Amino acid sequence: MSQDNATSQRPAEDTLRQPKKKSVRRPVSAMIGALLVLFWLFVAAFGNFLAPFDPSDMVSQDIFASYSGTHMLGTDFLGRDMLSRILDGARYSVGLALISTVLACLTGVTLGLLAVLSNTWVDEAVSRIMDALISMPSKMLALVLVSVFGSSVPLLIIMAVLAYSPGCFRICRSLALNIAQMEYVLVARSRGESRFYIAAREMLPNMMGPILSDFGMRFVFSVLLLSGMSFLGLGVQLPAADLGSLVRENISGLSQGVPAVLWPAISLGTLTIGVNLLIDSLSARHRRGF
Amino acid sequence: MSLKTFLYIARRASGIVLTLIVVSLMVFFVTAFLPGDAAQQSLGQFATPDQLEALRKEMGLGRPAVVRYFAWLYGLLQGDLGMSLASHAPITDLIGARLGSSATLAAVTAAISVPLALVIGITSAMFRGSALDRSLNAATMTTVAIPEFLIATLAVLIFAVKLQWVPALVFVQDIDSPLEFIRAYTLPVATLCCVITAQMARLTRAALVDQMSKPYIEMARLKGVGPVRVVLSHALPNTIGPIANAIAVSLSYLVGGAVIIETIFNYPGLAQLMVDGVANRDMPLIQACAMMFCSAYLLLLIIADVLGVITNPKLRSL
Repeated sequence: MSQDNATSQRPAEDTLRQPKKKSVRRPVSAMIGALLVLFWLFVAAFGNFLAPFDPSDMVSQDIFASYSGTHMLGTDFLGRDMLSRILDGARYSVGLALISTVLACLTGVTLGLLAVLSNTWVDEAVSRIMDALISMPSKMLALVLVSVFGSSVPLLIIMAVLAYSPGCFRICRSLALNIAQMEYVLVARSRGESRFYIAAREMLPNMMGPILSDFGMRFVFSVLLLSGMSFLGLGVQLPAADLGSLVRENISGLSQGVPAVLWPAISLGTLTIGVNLLIDSLSARHRRGF
Repeated sequence: MSLKTFLYIARRASGIVLTLIVVSLMVFFVTAFLPGDAAQQSLGQFATPDQLEALRKEMGLGRPAVVRYFAWLYGLLQGDLGMSLASHAPITDLIGARLGSSATLAAVTAAISVPLALVIGITSAMFRGSALDRSLNAATMTTVAIPEFLIATLAVLIFAVKLQWVPALVFVQDIDSPLEFIRAYTLPVATLCCVITAQMARLTRAALVDQMSKPYIEMARLKGVGPVRVVLSHALPNTIGPIANAIAVSLSYLVGGAVIIETIFNYPGLAQLMVDGVANRDMPLIQACAMMFCSAYLLLLIIADVLGVITNPKLRSL
């Protein structure tokens, strides 16, 4: 057990090594996934500096123009440069989803560990609240919150955290329940270690694999939820636009198949597929249902 | 059904009642954050203070929130969901009118997607690692990853605009022959099926693959059982619990998560009723819809739970 504990201090390597032994994983798809994810993280971080035009400037006389030298991905319904708009929109799509997923997972993991290590009353109370949150369909929750508070960036983040921390909590709690029965946790307990020490040093490192793959899944869900809200016009508000808003804006060009509506869609697709490929090949063995 | 099973189910059911109470508390008190109370909403901006006062009295808004909460809860239990602020009709009637079309959509989608998902999931688990498995895997993963609004708009573009096989909008009241029914429902059902089939198929495959790594499967293989029989008669019975759970979670999506699909196809379902409620800030309606969705979700979950317990003797001793 102690050896097990020591190796999983490096969870990423641990999970990477595992599939190789089984040799059923396809490293090619993992590579593609990793490349796509890295690409989108890069775009989200530096896209603004790379944009050839100001994303909100109407730089062209042609609306819904096709691919050209000056406008590589054509122009949108107002004649703005599509490439610049996508580079700008990706910042919102990736950034918001990333922030809210990180917060959701932190909340879920903290509460999950707290529930397992505390007495049954705390566990019961937290579990009930989380069950109640999870039983609201995430889009319904989003709609109610937007109707009450109006849509804004902080609200969208809070909404995604409320929608996705319960799922993370459930997974974390069930993992922690199993791990809490392990000998090394009992040893640490009888040594008189504090609950915080047990949670952070003994239990958490052994839960990282499944939590990371859960993180990936929830990131994809957040991207889809946020872009879906923007598509309905209830997400990121103008003049800011994420990839979902870009699809919404240019939807009238759909029947002509203009690049302005195809590329935001393709961007969203490659982002979520990339994350899926990556977590699929990293941690197939951890995925049990939800 | 043994006593233990019964007790387990009873315990789960009481947990669900508790959860519903928490849901009702959250729904009631979050909506209480809205600026302006129900009387203000109902009369609009130009109401005189006297009118407001009179209506508040009539609606019982002078009472403290806790009292109103219990009154509301009591009404819910009696099947009285209150009055809609926007249309001044009983919410029970509004929901009743939509319930049928939502249930039809959900039932048709479930009838197609559940068997399809099971076939896909089981097939790819049976031939794990083969080209078939890999292509099914790639297909379901892509479908899971693509936003549903994209699938819906593409479907409208291809089948309604370009090919003109089916209408883009659904007019449920105009349906009077089976052919029209099929034409009207094809697009919404196909889009919903895409979304939930892929998810169910992946979870089914994951549950089966998980079982396939167990020692008893190795034993069965060693005594010469073929790969197809190993999956169907050895692994599958042990995965009914997880698969039922996956189906329940996916189907719960049909109840309330179909907002975007209903909006795009203009389908008169419950989710759209709630979206309208949100647009009109019709709080009693939103509260009632939210409670409906949560109850449906929890009901599905407990059915999955019971199936899981009945099919897995180990869980009965819990």
